[in-house]
Amino acid sequence: MSQLLTSTPYSGGVPAPVPTGPVRLHINGETRTLQLAPWTSLLDALREYAGLTGTKKGCDHGQCGACTVLVNGRRINSCLTLAVMHEDDDITTIEGLGSEDNLSPLQQAFVDHDAFQCGYCTPGQICSAQGLLNEGHAHSEAEIKELMSGNLCRCGAYVGILDAVKEVVDKESSEVRA
Amino acid sequence: MYPFTYSRATDVADAVRDKAGHDGSAYIGGGTNLIDLMKMNVEQPAHLTNVAKLPLSKIEDLPDGGLRLGATATNSDTAWNEQVKQRYPLLNQAILAGASPQLRNAATNGGNLMQRTRCYYFYDIATPCNKREPGSGCSAIGGYNRIHAILGASEACIATHPSDMCVALAALAPTVRVSGPNGERTIAFEDFHRLPGEQPEFDNTLAEGELITSLDLPEKGFAKHFAYLKLRDRHSYAFALVSVAVGLEMDGDTITEARLALGGVAHKPWRDKSAEEMLKGQPATAETFGRVAAHVVANGVGQGSNDFKIELARRAIVRALKQAAEGQQEAGDVYLGGQ
Amino acid sequence: MTQTNHIGKGPNRVDGPLKVSGAAHYSGEFNVPDLAYGYVVSSPIAKGKILKIHADEVRALPGVLEVFSHENVPYLAWFDKSYKDQIAPGGSPFRPLHEPDITFNQQPIALVVADTFELARYAAALLRIDYEQDEHETNLETKRAAGFVPGKGKTGFQPPPPPRGNPDKALKNATHSIEAEYAHGAQHHNPMELFTTTVEWRGNGKITAYDKTQGVFNVKNYLMGVFGLGKNDVRVVNQFMGGGFGSGLRPQYSVFMAVLAALELKRSVRVTLTRQQMFSIGHRPNTLQLLKMGTNPDGTLASLQHHALHETSQFEDYTENVVNWSGMLYKCENVKLGYQLAKLDIYSPQDMRAPGAASGNVGLEVAMDEMAYAAGLDPLEFRLRNYADRDQNVDKPFSSKKLRECYQQAAAKFGWENRTQEPRSMRANGKLVGMGMGGGVWDATQVKSAAKALISADGQLTVRSATGENGTGTYTIMTQIAAETLGLPLEAVTFELGDTDQPEAPIQGGSWTAASVGTAVKNACDALGEKILKLAQKPADSPLKGAKFDDVEFVNGQLRLRLDHDQAVVLRDVLQTSGETQLEADSSAMPNMVKQNGYSLHSHNVAFAEVEVDEDLGTIKVTRVVSAVAAGRILNQKTARSQVLGSVVWGLGMALMEETVMDHKFGRYVNHNFAEYHIPVNADMPHIDVIFVHEDDDIVNPLGVKGIGEVGMLGVTAAIANAVFHATGKRVRDLPIMLDKLL
Repeated sequence: MSQLLTSTPYSGGVPAPVPTGPVRLHINGETRTLQLAPWTSLLDALREYAGLTGTKKGCDHGQCGACTVLVNGRRINSCLTLAVMHEDDDITTIEGLGSEDNLSPLQQAFVDHDAFQCGYCTPGQICSAQGLLNEGHAHSEAEIKELMSGNLCRCGAYVGILDAVKEVVDKESSEVRA
Repeated sequence: MYPFTYSRATDVADAVRDKAGHDGSAYIGGGTNLIDLMKMNVEQPAHLTNVAKLPLSKIEDLPDGGLRLGATATNSDTAWNEQVKQRYPLLNQAILAGASPQLRNAATNGGNLMQRTRCYYFYDIATPCNKREPGSGCSAIGGYNRIHAILGASEACIATHPSDMCVALAALAPTVRVSGPNGERTIAFEDFHRLPGEQPEFDNTLAEGELITSLDLPEKGFAKHFAYLKLRDRHSYAFALVSVAVGLEMDGDTITEARLALGGVAHKPWRDKSAEEMLKGQPATAETFGRVAAHVVANGVGQGSNDFKIELARRAIVRALKQAAEGQQEAGDVYLGGQ
Repeated sequence: MTQTNHIGKGPNRVDGPLKVSGAAHYSGEFNVPDLAYGYVVSSPIAKGKILKIHADEVRALPGVLEVFSHENVPYLAWFDKSYKDQIAPGGSPFRPLHEPDITFNQQPIALVVADTFELARYAAALLRIDYEQDEHETNLETKRAAGFVPGKGKTGFQPPPPPRGNPDKALKNATHSIEAEYAHGAQHHNPMELFTTTVEWRGNGKITAYDKTQGVFNVKNYLMGVFGLGKNDVRVVNQFMGGGFGSGLRPQYSVFMAVLAALELKRSVRVTLTRQQMFSIGHRPNTLQLLKMGTNPDGTLASLQHHALHETSQFEDYTENVVNWSGMLYKCENVKLGYQLAKLDIYSPQDMRAPGAASGNVGLEVAMDEMAYAAGLDPLEFRLRNYADRDQNVDKPFSSKKLRECYQQAAAKFGWENRTQEPRSMRANGKLVGMGMGGGVWDATQVKSAAKALISADGQLTVRSATGENGTGTYTIMTQIAAETLGLPLEAVTFELGDTDQPEAPIQGGSWTAASVGTAVKNACDALGEKILKLAQKPADSPLKGAKFDDVEFVNGQLRLRLDHDQAVVLRDVLQTSGETQLEADSSAMPNMVKQNGYSLHSHNVAFAEVEVDEDLGTIKVTRVVSAVAAGRILNQKTARSQVLGSVVWGLGMALMEETVMDHKFGRYVNHNFAEYHIPVNADMPHIDVIFVHEDDDIVNPLGVKGIGEVGMLGVTAAIANAVFHATGKRVRDLPIMLDKLL
């Protein structure tokens, strides 16, 4: 027995794509004006239009955290927001935290604790950890683990990630005390 | 994702006007659920009115002793607000039990109420779903329904509301303030979300074009005796199979007032007022908790893969009531109930 | 002091700074000019036929370049052979866009190419397709009686050995016996990086494919076969892979699609799968296992019988070694192993971390726990009584096996002696506490590999081999091997990989890269060393005059006589003095069959796990895991530890949460996303201790390494399952153990 069916798009007619327009973003301290249509996510704007491929696409649905960036200092999933919604916002990506030759304390701690394997979730982990530091709510191991749980790592480098983040958290809090 | 035009509203009146001026339009706040659904072609708005930067992000005292949570305040800012932590720790913990830090940083309070179900079939346009395409059928009934409803479902839909925050809100009973083409009005929280009935395509009772502007919490916050218990398939970053929000007022060992709401079990955050009445005046004992819990799930209906939820919910209610009565849980910057 | 002994130490990853700064480029990150974007359209049905694809409606959209489907794909190779990759199983490989037939749900059926990613995605959503739908079957339960013994499988597949002794009689006469069935559903690799290919159109029919793959040569050969490309027409590159776990062993349809579009459009094209589509590229198969065991009065195994049945597609007989391990991990004279497949309307399964072993190990090690309880023995004591000194499957001794030491060291670290045998006898923090264990065995394999080594006049060594780096630390360990072989600091060495312009290396899998490529790297460096020695001996006053290669050593940047360290030359000076700008050597490495022939080559491990279970709510928290691995020599303590830590996380995921659920009504996976296919998060992490038990083994390969990517995952899942039983008294035999199974 067989059955005929046709997959039909929902709405009748075919809406035309919406033209692009200039969107001004402050990325890693630099003002960039990109030509974007409203449907471009912040993630795709960074990767495909601004040439900043350090931010990763792991699921494109806010379910993995690989695309984490800092917007005005706060960590968010760049896949679930539109670039046009961030006109004039300050956006910091992994490239803005440090470079290969000049690693940030978190980046160095990730290397020292081997807090990654394939490296694909790593920029998101580090941006997330930077957001965690900015928020200032994680102190104990349990708190760090919970507040780093928005970032999946399929290689399973979580132990190293915890150690790396904890090292920087401890250092920063001891600096505050001193 | 279908194409759409976009504008950013400057104030509430502008937002309402902008949306009304575009066919097939939607408000967008944090976007954490809407954009997800647009990428799945589940939602296909022709126009987005950005309300994220409206001046509605304040959290401020109300003259009646309550607290106003601005609709565009983020979930994080709300959870970490000192007033919320001190006066409504149940809300603080429920918010922090949900999603991930990144999502909570983007998601707004108004948007949290507007979240749509996580039903697998709703999300997958290759399968029929009455909520997505009215009349096409419910694939979850007779399908895989581990995350589906045991209370208040209909033959048309067994989806659940996915929010944690809303479970606490159901217990705290705020007023939802909205603005629309016909002006402002308020909706009691318990009337905001609806059961699926014959029209599962409607998640809530908002009229066309209405925008949530704030959640006004009443003074009573159950800050001393509360619990938010979330049960899920991993220890963080997972939707609730069952969650329980409890707020109690106690006089010694006697419960003088109670609030009880469940998440993950129904099309709306499930507050059980009859259970609350049963608790009133009762001693905080295992016997009381067991009796009330059995009552809450007495009308529970399993659909196969979610049968276990009836028993799980019963046990979770007992546990949460006990935790609340003992005052075990505290407000904090992190939810560690899952660990 | 020797500063250039790197092997066995724990230096940081040499590619670490690139990875943590976002500077490592993965396949979707080569933004070549004039790039077009392809979006794959997937079948919404499991079985049927495409009647019509209304492509013209979509082509009319400005910016849409083409819609590719079976209706318009040009002539491609016809014979199965052209589509067979290095590890294709028996049967006919899937040919994307080849015919109108639909044989599995989410089958790729069209590719829409447009100027932007967003437009291609939109156009794909608009594409109307008419189908004729047929009835499908995706439920393994319906095939219990329809299993068949596969023929010759893929490379590496070993049919189970024939029965030994008299297993049925021994079982009947056993003092104690058990019989139980174990099951797990499908699981998906889900590496964090989506399958992506960027094809750079180089003009004149030539392309470079930046592809997510664990084997650039495997992909190159596939592309040459399918598209009729010449050797010089196609270059395949993968310098960083965002996780593989087996998903990139075979060429995936993303590379087919991107290359097809690039060749047809004569333009650079990128194709990226969605996370949903990552559930259409192979998986660990839904597997059912029946185990029967019996013991003698002294607690030794009288009989062991292990039978497995798992799913495969209609078009390929995917095979993996599920049951064979049960014939070698413990000593038993009466053994019967069986292995069958059943065909369903699904895509072919694919090797996934410790393929076969991860499945069979759960059956074996949970059954061992059940048997230990039935016989009244401590599970560790029971294993020690049945310790195998020989591999009875092939009746050979092991080249090395320190599993006993693993047991001892891990048990001591874990505190196994504090365990009380009775289930439900231990409590802490108001929870039930359980302790469990499990062990495993995995092949130590070496396969043919080649490498090239070059040294320049400034003393910088470059070594190349077309292997891969998917998180295993390949860059780092190869750098260590090369640097130690030629006595250089790590900074003086660059290892390059993942490019078909380099010497050929095998696909990166089976835990064989360290042994295979590592040996080739060592050989290439040794060959280069011989050339350096000859050059060094040219000057009349050379202190090394007359020395043979065996007489010298490369240490601390010098080449010196082993027996007289003062007779030395500085490596850098050798080239500079000679006037040569560069010296190079190629070499390859093969396993030494003569040496290996008399032995069974395997790595072993054991894991101990502790869980806390909330009895009322069924919630399980793994609190501690100790994993001990005996895998020859460890090249890098830091990266090896990370591999084992990751393996523990995988074992935990398999035990408690991972399952791709099929709705058989639709023949479609329902939780095909990262929100509902749960992998562990940081909050799920227990405290994990890793122990390496060193084995001296010059039989497996000259480096003495056995590989650790898979063995570390074994034992963990069973240890957790056994700990849950110990805590609760409930034996859950179908994974994952989610809280409802404990209510």
